[in-house]
Amino acid sequence: MKHTISVLLENRFGAFNRVATMFSGRGFNVHSISIGETEDPEISRMTLVTEGDDQIIEQVVKQLNRLIDTIKVVDLSGQPRVERELALISVNYQKGTRNELTNISEIFRGKIVDINNKSLTLEITGPPDKIDAAINVLSQYGIKEIARSGTVALKRGEQSKVQSKSSLIKEKET
Amino acid sequence: MKETKQQLTGADIFFECLRKEKVEYIFGYPGGAVLKLYEKLYDIDFLQHIKTHHEQGATHAAEGYARVTGKVGVVLVTSGPGATNTVTGITNAYMDSSPIVVFTGQVPTKLIGNDAFQEADIVGITRPITKHNFLVRDVNELAETIRKAFYIASTGRPGPVLVDLPKDVINSVCKFEYPEKIEIRGYKPNFIGHQNQIKKAAAMLKKSKRPLLYVGGGVIMSGGSRELTYFAKENNLPVTMTLQGLGAFPGNDNLSLGMLGMHGTYWANQAVNSCDLLIALGARFDDRVTGKIDSFASNAYKIHVDIDPTAIDKNVIVDLPIVGDVKHVIAELASEMNEQLDLSDWWNQINKWKEECPFEKDPNDGKLRTQFVIEKISEKTKGEAIIVSDVGQHQMWIAQHYKFVNPRSHISSGGLGTMGFSVPAAIGAAFGIKDRPIISISGDGGFQMNIQELITAVAYKLPIKFIVINNSFLGMVRQWQELFHAEKYSFTDLSQSNINFPKVAEAFGLAAFSTDNPEEVEATLDKAFAINDRPVFIEFKVVKEDMVFPMVPAGASISDMMTKRLNPKTMV
Repeated sequence: MKHTISVLLENRFGAFNRVATMFSGRGFNVHSISIGETEDPEISRMTLVTEGDDQIIEQVVKQLNRLIDTIKVVDLSGQPRVERELALISVNYQKGTRNELTNISEIFRGKIVDINNKSLTLEITGPPDKIDAAINVLSQYGIKEIARSGTVALKRGEQSKVQSKSSLIKEKET
Repeated sequence: MKETKQQLTGADIFFECLRKEKVEYIFGYPGGAVLKLYEKLYDIDFLQHIKTHHEQGATHAAEGYARVTGKVGVVLVTSGPGATNTVTGITNAYMDSSPIVVFTGQVPTKLIGNDAFQEADIVGITRPITKHNFLVRDVNELAETIRKAFYIASTGRPGPVLVDLPKDVINSVCKFEYPEKIEIRGYKPNFIGHQNQIKKAAAMLKKSKRPLLYVGGGVIMSGGSRELTYFAKENNLPVTMTLQGLGAFPGNDNLSLGMLGMHGTYWANQAVNSCDLLIALGARFDDRVTGKIDSFASNAYKIHVDIDPTAIDKNVIVDLPIVGDVKHVIAELASEMNEQLDLSDWWNQINKWKEECPFEKDPNDGKLRTQFVIEKISEKTKGEAIIVSDVGQHQMWIAQHYKFVNPRSHISSGGLGTMGFSVPAAIGAAFGIKDRPIISISGDGGFQMNIQELITAVAYKLPIKFIVINNSFLGMVRQWQELFHAEKYSFTDLSQSNINFPKVAEAFGLAAFSTDNPEEVEATLDKAFAINDRPVFIEFKVVKEDMVFPMVPAGASISDMMTKRLNPKTMV
């Protein structure tokens, strides 16, 4: 199952690299990583989409926590959240298909952000499955290039302040 | 702190920080990027610099020192090749959770990334093999970074930390202030085990009919050996130890079942198989311990105590995890136990296993075998020496036959299995412990991998006993070739090189002895132990084709032990 994990980490030289190194070194899957500054310029937020069974995801979260540069790690899966991805999709068009493409763009609430005499570029934003659907429809027209931002996500509702890592004690019934 | 606020160079700050951290020894090797530090070192008297003969040796020596003392081992090397030569030593410390801080020189910040002379991206290289690492880009960050490095290396689950020091940072000046307290918001190691979890563990133990303590190196690192010994003895609990756990509980005590796992005792592995409650204390369910994971202690409830949350449920899913300092948790657990457990049936069963399949006896055929040598060393030193083993057959025989009675006395490369570890690690250990014999034991293969460090031992007049178990083979690899690779002894026969080891040792300045006669073992040891003003080399020429038994083939269940030679299909 896919999991969206939100990581607050020190906005510092090498911090991103530590996460990437840990993922490759431990053989964890990564579908996407996106990273950027937060409201606090000393802290970056990284949104990771990864896949694995419960034991693997538990290890992913623990191993992320174990890195000294990570401040907070939250598995957003199963929690109310907003997830968005942005895609730029460059599609070929012929005479008759330009209007069709404009319609498709509207259905997906996209924008045409560039055009030349052979192709146009659509900007589409939404949850990753919406982007997948758009790409699926557009593929019949001949997609030239795609750039996807990777998922960014935030928990819905009241945000907790940045806290130090909590202990990961798991309470199991015995 | 007025006097410390003057302008100092990076090099001065570096040593002031080490003084604050009460560093006694630096293991190092000079070079271009650290010239300024070595210039200062020339006049420093509050710590001693130990020059090894290879940077790998310095790193293993620092680890040997750290493991016998519990203090942080410190390494100082130059940039480029000096830094890359530490990689094996750092990985070794990472796998065995040893606290060391490695300082590497680096080219000036302006040249970083330009493929400058003796430049290597050592921070990038060591990212996956350090607990954390730093590149210091500004002299104003130097003191705080060093403080953090020591703090991170020595707390929580210990591990290696690397600090990369560009040449210009060492040469710049700033005001010096050593932070007394530091706050790292991303690093809060848990110290105290959860009270409710400990209560649950006690309740499980009270109900258990066949409990077993599975003890790893974490107990030694936390300083919890006394607590463990008290807990086990009060409750009459059987104790089995991992390779790194040896010494956490006295090996000569009746409650000790010895080591478990691939070359563990038959009775320890049978006990794991049949126990109804397995309490893992500072151990990590390594594959050399568990064998086939599905059948490891499959009848048991499992409790896992570890300070590192990632260790829990990594290899084996446990029923009750307790994250915390294992020393504290054992003490709490012991205090929860207020009734005597009746384990007589369980102990009868364990003792039956002991009789059923003891270690093979020496055939007394006039040929020298490693087991016999180790037993003699164990008797002579009463289990109280510091034994620094290398990697291979002799390492397993030491684990089986040396009866360690004290923690921090068995130093071995466990996780990484680094051949060439013993000689330099013993040198580091000799600086840490001066009132007990330090014995380095290697095979003839591993001994050659860091043989240059013998010079270090001679230079510092360290009374180490360097023992080589010479079977003219890479014995453990040969064993696998015989058992699992169609007896194709591919590149493991070392007899062609036919080195005269005693002569080599003498050339380095050691006293040297050699024997292949079982009857001379004790006399040879006596002669060697009488020399204490310099290192001594002892070669024991043993039979070539011996194998370590019992053995669990890789990936097999630990109940399926091969217990005899020449009959590999005999599964007990």
